[in-house]
Amino acid sequence: MSTSTGTDRSTTSNEPSTMLDPLVPRAPAQGAQEPSRLHVDAATIGYDKRIVSERLSVAIPDQSFTVIVGPNACGKSTLLRGLSRLLKPSEGHVILDGADISSYKTKEVARRVGLLPQTAIAPDGITVADLVARGRYPYQGMLRQWTKTDEEAVLRAMEAAAVTDLSGQLVDELSGGQRQRVWVAMALAQHTDILLLDEPTTFLDITHQVELMELFTDLNHVGHTLVAVLHDLNHAARFGTHLIAMKDGAVVAEGAPSEIVTAELVEEVFGLRCLVVPDPVAGTPHVVPLGRDRDRP
Amino acid sequence: MTLQTADLGVPGAFTAPGTRRSIGLFVALAALVALLMLSLIIGSKMMPPAVVWDALFHPSGDFDHFAIRDFRLPRTIVGLVVGMALGVSGALIQALTRNPLAGPGILGVNAGASFAVTVAIGLLGVRDVRGYMWFAFAGALVVTIMVLLLGSTRRGQSPVVMVLAGVCVGAVLGGAGSALQLINPDAFDQMRSWGAGSILGRPLDVVWPILPFFAGALVLAFAVSGPLNAMALGDELAVAQGVSLVRTRILAIIALTLLAGGATAIAGPIGFVGLMVPHVARWIVGPDQRWIFAYSMLLAPSLLLASDILGRIVMHPSEIPVGIVTAFVGAPVLILLVRRRKVSGL
Amino acid sequence: MTTRGVSTSTRSSRATRSPEVRRVDFGRRVVVVRRGWVAMRFEWRSVIVCTAVAVAVVVMSVLALTTGSYQISVSQVVSALTGGETGLVHDIVVEWRLPRIAAALVFGSALGVSGAIFQSMLRNPLADPGIIGFSQGSYTGALIVILVVNGSYLQLVGGAVLGGMATAVLVYVLAYRRGVQGFRLIIVGIGVSAMLGSLNTWLMLKASLEQAMAAAAWGAGSLNGVSWDQVAIGGTVIGALLLPAGILSGPMRQMELGDDAAASLGVRVAATRLALVVVGVALTATVTAASGPIAFISLVAPQIARRLARTAGITLVPAAFVGALLCLTADYIAQHIAPTPLPVGIVTVVLGGGYLGWLLFTEARRRL
Repeated sequence: MSTSTGTDRSTTSNEPSTMLDPLVPRAPAQGAQEPSRLHVDAATIGYDKRIVSERLSVAIPDQSFTVIVGPNACGKSTLLRGLSRLLKPSEGHVILDGADISSYKTKEVARRVGLLPQTAIAPDGITVADLVARGRYPYQGMLRQWTKTDEEAVLRAMEAAAVTDLSGQLVDELSGGQRQRVWVAMALAQHTDILLLDEPTTFLDITHQVELMELFTDLNHVGHTLVAVLHDLNHAARFGTHLIAMKDGAVVAEGAPSEIVTAELVEEVFGLRCLVVPDPVAGTPHVVPLGRDRDRP
Repeated sequence: MTLQTADLGVPGAFTAPGTRRSIGLFVALAALVALLMLSLIIGSKMMPPAVVWDALFHPSGDFDHFAIRDFRLPRTIVGLVVGMALGVSGALIQALTRNPLAGPGILGVNAGASFAVTVAIGLLGVRDVRGYMWFAFAGALVVTIMVLLLGSTRRGQSPVVMVLAGVCVGAVLGGAGSALQLINPDAFDQMRSWGAGSILGRPLDVVWPILPFFAGALVLAFAVSGPLNAMALGDELAVAQGVSLVRTRILAIIALTLLAGGATAIAGPIGFVGLMVPHVARWIVGPDQRWIFAYSMLLAPSLLLASDILGRIVMHPSEIPVGIVTAFVGAPVLILLVRRRKVSGL
Repeated sequence: MTTRGVSTSTRSSRATRSPEVRRVDFGRRVVVVRRGWVAMRFEWRSVIVCTAVAVAVVVMSVLALTTGSYQISVSQVVSALTGGETGLVHDIVVEWRLPRIAAALVFGSALGVSGAIFQSMLRNPLADPGIIGFSQGSYTGALIVILVVNGSYLQLVGGAVLGGMATAVLVYVLAYRRGVQGFRLIIVGIGVSAMLGSLNTWLMLKASLEQAMAAAAWGAGSLNGVSWDQVAIGGTVIGALLLPAGILSGPMRQMELGDDAAASLGVRVAATRLALVVVGVALTATVTAASGPIAFISLVAPQIARRLARTAGITLVPAAFVGALLCLTADYIAQHIAPTPLPVGIVTVVLGGGYLGWLLFTEARRRL
């Protein structure tokens, strides 16, 4: 179990990634030795005057399905916004492929890192295919808005997210689960190696949650690096390959779920007394809250 | 999941705890009472509180008593009543449409009233407030019903379509009214003073017949506040909680038409109060409609009376109509607040 | 330029396995043009609507060229346009009626685009350049020139544009706090507009009846006495502004997905929004300078266009076409059909409002 305060890890994750050429967006990561194409280096991130995370350092392992967990307002979404450069750190850096993320052109970042924000809005009267096609924006120019590559990418994205059948339907008329898959398809059409997901399973019923998590696992297996903010600890432990637990803007623990998810950690991070048992299906750690009235079982 | 829905229940607003909200309500009430008294005291001639007291409860033939009872008291009461109506109707329309640009006039109330008054003055030669007040009221009601029908389907009303329908009907009537005024200079002259909005020179017998409508509408407004709260979380969730969308919307529209139509009938189109006060109320108390209604009911007449008092002083001895002053008093406050706080949308 | 693929949209028509014919089903017919460096996709219905509106514009133009207090036949018009007529007919067609038609088309499309920009940017169907205080500000400027300075027409125009621009800048600056957020812009705009609106009402009350009526007539907007000079200058400025508007339409469409989604798709949100505000206000300012504030086109044209073309979100090109047609038709009615000649702005309000109302009505019936 590797518990760290998240402030003194910058040296380990920083130096090797400079070997990557930032001009080659699809550099195969497995050949290189560096652990991470995307990491935060002693960054202070926050809104206006309110600082959420101070001198935070955290690395997203390549090819991982990283899940960020923590109580409300612990800085999970803020970290995600920093990673996608929606928020610029007031100090420190967010490093993408060896260079500061703010040194890239905006569209260049969008070709490497995709984000599915919580606040995305579907315009009135838009069809599924049209919405997914908007994910191609980073590749388009004034007169090049619908190349064969675009069309192919949209088709593949819709297939991967299993929304091909919905293609011509209005987004307004879909169910919550379908709609969320359409947004995922849009993010996939963006064709980035790294995909950030902000609470992607919110509003979904349990079936659709699991479906979506399995879709993410599939994407992870074909080589995408995924970073998701999740509220459900058990889903995080079961589907994630790398877990980052945050509290008060700092990283409390990170590592493989089976190594770091313990009753002590859950109590430290969430203030919830619980029992951690093996998941009867997957064998991953499963958190069972003890509740108010019970002592130890 | 539960954690997240709990988050959503308070969309971005800072919720004051119940006690703070109650204390705030009391402060707002005290401010309103103070303004009511100031409105009787301040004017072209300052009246000592004792004189005001005597004028109200032991009237004599004294000229000061006469001035207070026949001029300052009516305009104060008109300000109170009109302000309350505008505040609550504004809160209703914002809850209904969830559009920050929507004021009580958006469903065609002001346009209907203005057009009816233009017709009354320009074509029928009506000259008296008592006469065209009923034109204004009827115009507001008829136009709102038209907008409601235009914005309705069998599946219910879409707030967006309703707002657009209100804009359309308002535009058509406004254009027709302008054309009528440009052809008829006399009507133009009358309308530019009616259109400014004033609570001056409205005798109390103009107010009494409207009061029962207001009372009924206020009851309706508070009755639909619960369903409106549920609808703020989304139509689907509201239906799941057993709210009838159609009935809630229709009741809310009836209430807001009576309130806004009545207020416009009495005082002319006073634009800004109904738009601004509910925004401010929501930033103070959070998203609970009942509290928003209660605060709007106290803050709106306060704004109106404060503006009216200011309008008497600034250009002394002449007066500025209250409809003009409200924006100058209220807008800076609104802008300051929207810059200060991380305010919530709708 | 050839039209290679027109994919039709039956809901069951799924992409088949062969990679050559795999096409995305958009649920509506689209036209794809791919040739050399150009690879574009248009919605079939938008193309049709724009064409139909363009035809209507031509018909209205012919009508406006031939009718009036002096009737001119179509053949005379044609020969006048090709230089075959001299004297009165030439003067009426080329010097009087044609510039007026050109003005209506150019200004109408500018207003349509301007409104579409604001409605898309703020995701609010009630938005137009008035939202950032431009209308009330320009009215205040004009009123001050009329009432206080008693200035010439040129001074009035200067005052109006200056007032509008200053107000727009003021609203933007007041709403700026680490970027401009849509909701804050709306609220600040409401506040400033309300103050200026009150000031305007008060100025009108203080004015003499003649002055007030002159101001009201200017405020309704009119194409009376528009000359080729005004059209040429206005048209050049507007043409120069439509180019950046076209470039911005891509990022603008992305911003309809929300600021975060747009930013993560590679849009520079803050810069784009500022550029959109500048272009939108400049378009309206140009029209205001040339003809007074022609009301309502910017509000209603994008909504009508959206409903005719059934596009997702607000689109610029159909809004421009509809704006042009609306302005031209309204001006024709104002001149020839109204019992007494009216400012075009009053007719745009009635015509545009009525037509949008009718569209809403039929749309509501269709959804039953």
